Amino acid sequence: MISLEINGKKHSVDVSPDVPLLWVIREHLRLTGTKFGCGIGMCGSCTVHVDGKAERSCQTAVGEVQGKKITTIEAVGTTPAGSAVQKAWVAEDVPQCGYCQSGQIMTAAALLGRNPKPTDTEIDAGLSGNLCRCGTYQRIRRAVHQASKMMGQGGKP
Amino acid sequence: MSEIFNISRRTFLKTGALVGGGLILGIHLDLAGAEEGAGPGQEPLAPNAFVRIAPDNTVTIVVNHSEMGQGVYTSLPMLINEELEADWGSIKVESAPVDPVYNHTAFGMQMTGGSTSVWSEYDRLRKVGAAAREMLVSAAAAAWKVDRKNCRAGKGKVVHSSGKSFTYGQLAEKAAALPVPEKVKLKDASSFKLIGKPTRRLDSAEKVNGAARFGLDVSLPGMLVAVVARPPVFGGEVKSVDAGKAKTVPGVKDVVQVPSGVAVLASDFWQAKAGRDALNIEWDEGPNAGLSTAGMKEQYAQMSKTPGKVAKKSGDVETGFASAAKTISAEYSVPYLAHATMEPLNCTVDLRPDSCEIWVGTQFQTVDRNAAARIAGLKPEQVKIHTMFLGGGFGRRANPASDFVSEGVHVAKAAKAPVKVIWTREDDTKGGYYRPMWFDSISAGIDKSGSPVAWKHTIVGQSIVAGTPFEKVLMKDGVDKTSVEGAADLPYAIPNLLVDLHSPSIGVPVLWWRSVGHSHTAFVVESFLDELAHAAGKDPFEFRKRLLTMHPRHLGVLTLAAEKAGWGNPLPKGRGRGIAVHESFGSYVAEVAEVSVSPKGELRVHKVTCAVDCGRFVNPKTITAQMESGIVFGLSAALHGAITIKNGRVEQSNFDDYPILRLNEMPNVEVHIVKSKEKPGGIGEPGVPPVAPAVANALFSAAGIRLRELPMRPETVLQAIKKG
Repeated sequence: MISLEINGKKHSVDVSPDVPLLWVIREHLRLTGTKFGCGIGMCGSCTVHVDGKAERSCQTAVGEVQGKKITTIEAVGTTPAGSAVQKAWVAEDVPQCGYCQSGQIMTAAALLGRNPKPTDTEIDAGLSGNLCRCGTYQRIRRAVHQASKMMGQGGKP
Repeated sequence: MSEIFNISRRTFLKTGALVGGGLILGIHLDLAGAEEGAGPGQEPLAPNAFVRIAPDNTVTIVVNHSEMGQGVYTSLPMLINEELEADWGSIKVESAPVDPVYNHTAFGMQMTGGSTSVWSEYDRLRKVGAAAREMLVSAAAAAWKVDRKNCRAGKGKVVHSSGKSFTYGQLAEKAAALPVPEKVKLKDASSFKLIGKPTRRLDSAEKVNGAARFGLDVSLPGMLVAVVARPPVFGGEVKSVDAGKAKTVPGVKDVVQVPSGVAVLASDFWQAKAGRDALNIEWDEGPNAGLSTAGMKEQYAQMSKTPGKVAKKSGDVETGFASAAKTISAEYSVPYLAHATMEPLNCTVDLRPDSCEIWVGTQFQTVDRNAAARIAGLKPEQVKIHTMFLGGGFGRRANPASDFVSEGVHVAKAAKAPVKVIWTREDDTKGGYYRPMWFDSISAGIDKSGSPVAWKHTIVGQSIVAGTPFEKVLMKDGVDKTSVEGAADLPYAIPNLLVDLHSPSIGVPVLWWRSVGHSHTAFVVESFLDELAHAAGKDPFEFRKRLLTMHPRHLGVLTLAAEKAGWGNPLPKGRGRGIAVHESFGSYVAEVAEVSVSPKGELRVHKVTCAVDCGRFVNPKTITAQMESGIVFGLSAALHGAITIKNGRVEQSNFDDYPILRLNEMPNVEVHIVKSKEKPGGIGEPGVPPVAPAVANALFSAAGIRLRELPMRPETVLQAIKKG
């Protein structure tokens, strides 16, 4: 049995410790907002927060994250950075197909969590691991800036 | 698909929106089981099928086109609500089931593709909205026993001149029971409140909190997850399978053989994948075991030296070349490309003795439903498709062969349990149905004044429609229209022109890939035209302008893009600008790219200035997003994308060896929309074609090298610089 703390709730899952966290989150806990894109850590669709840090859940064995606090897209809105990013994403009309956006948002929220005022270069460096086939990149850049501004104003748009 | 569009679009222009032609009927009849309901163009006005109003005033709009990022869950409700006049904030969207009432107004089947959603619904959905509104007004007038002339609808209410009002929610039940008005009057464009106004997407909220449900997110009680081992070579088959070890993998429930390979069924994905890894399969690799793209390229090059089937002939090229002061010839080539949707292919099927329910992201509901019915041994109406959000489509989810849906039904049939088939990224990349590989041989003659007088273009590449139900309508005299679109309809004034085509049969499955034939022809035509301009010693923008005097919409976007990009203004050292213009799917797009090259040969695209004329438009936010999107999609192909085959095996597998553009490579993109009163054109695809040639032309301007082969990878750029 693996014990996990996800989005503030404790779960016990009967899986082998080497199963990627991604599939436990998606299939065992039915939190399907975290997406499968490549399975090799190249696209970022599966990004979650482990103790506040953005991690690729497809490259994280579930056994490694016992005792750590895991946050997924479903609950990232409860953090100041996550909430600002979600609001900015809607305001800037970022999503198209939307499939990669959970990962983009998790990565952006983690970036703003450690660097509330990133420059363009820092945004590019921070989010270049997240692929978007629809090409929403330009709006992603804008939305990260907007979220940063919102955070500075106490979360108000 | 684009040519279906172009033909039907001509009909559309000529006769108005809801009348189809014989061509479309042809498609209609070719799809077994699809010929139910009214013929295309005779859709009954069925507001109740598209609009549902609840007592709490929630307005549910049933959308019959698949949402794959192109914004139809916003733009199509905008069309309805322009006339319906419900409160925009009360609108919810639901995907349509498969039913003839939801057929594409031009194609007579339920589908999304060819950049057609908005223009094909432009009239029907406004009429639906108007009819629903009239029914609500009639219901209110009847309840009040007043003349309906004194009742007005707006913001989700019907208001009487006395001031009393009903909300739509209060009227809905009565209104739905009323007869549908036979004729409705539509607003003049001048009084539009929604159409043409920047409108935020309706699906953003659920796409930023993880709630949006894609095919891969479906889960059913008792469902098994399947992963399929498919042949390593296209057309291969299972010779023998030893599933002994696989069956001992914890969680593996069964191993079944299906026409596409061997499926391992387990409680979850990781177990199913582990089970597949443990399979021992001997494959009969079939006739394609020796196939290689390197060899094919040599064969294609040979073929391009011989005359093909004539796609377009005007004047006399021989005479034209004889009169030329200078002749230039070149060879171009582009590789196979995978769609690489972010959501890997998947399909969930619950097959019962008398029903089949499918949850899938698809662009081809009618085709998939009919394929499922055939495999399940059911009637089409016993098959129900739930169209989920698509994590990208780009044509891959519009397959006449229904590959991923058919396979899902086969697996469910063998498994005797509800099943979700998941493709890994590697399965998806290696799974075929690519944009064809192309080779082009092209020559042109210019006279003493620098004007082109002859143009000969031979194209070699597989037909997408050959062997599909689309062949009958898209293949004319052996020429697949989608192979030559964008080349055979060259807009430039060149008196002597010959475009011909070779369509070799190769065992690699091919399919429409965002912008279809244009993805290749625009690169060749617009790059070569640039070569001509330089050979004639002219400015590439001015050179195009002079040849487009008869094409005002091409000219309009070309001039606008050049102006906004500051064409002719000095650039920092090492930078160059390139321009390209192309019409596709009824829309006109010009793009100016600004690039530089690093000492390592890496192309950096700094800026793309885009001008688009798509006629009357519905949501300018969507136009801008789709232009940006098309530019990114085109840049991924121009700079990175290639599927190659060696010993019959696809050499790429995932985003490490089939890269797509990343944020740090994203240029600054500026989109300028032409205000137009022309009929609406497509917007999903037309942004793609001009970007590769604009970048190649900019590279020539920046570094003096001409790349005639995609992708423009650093090693290719360096090699070209070395050669000079």
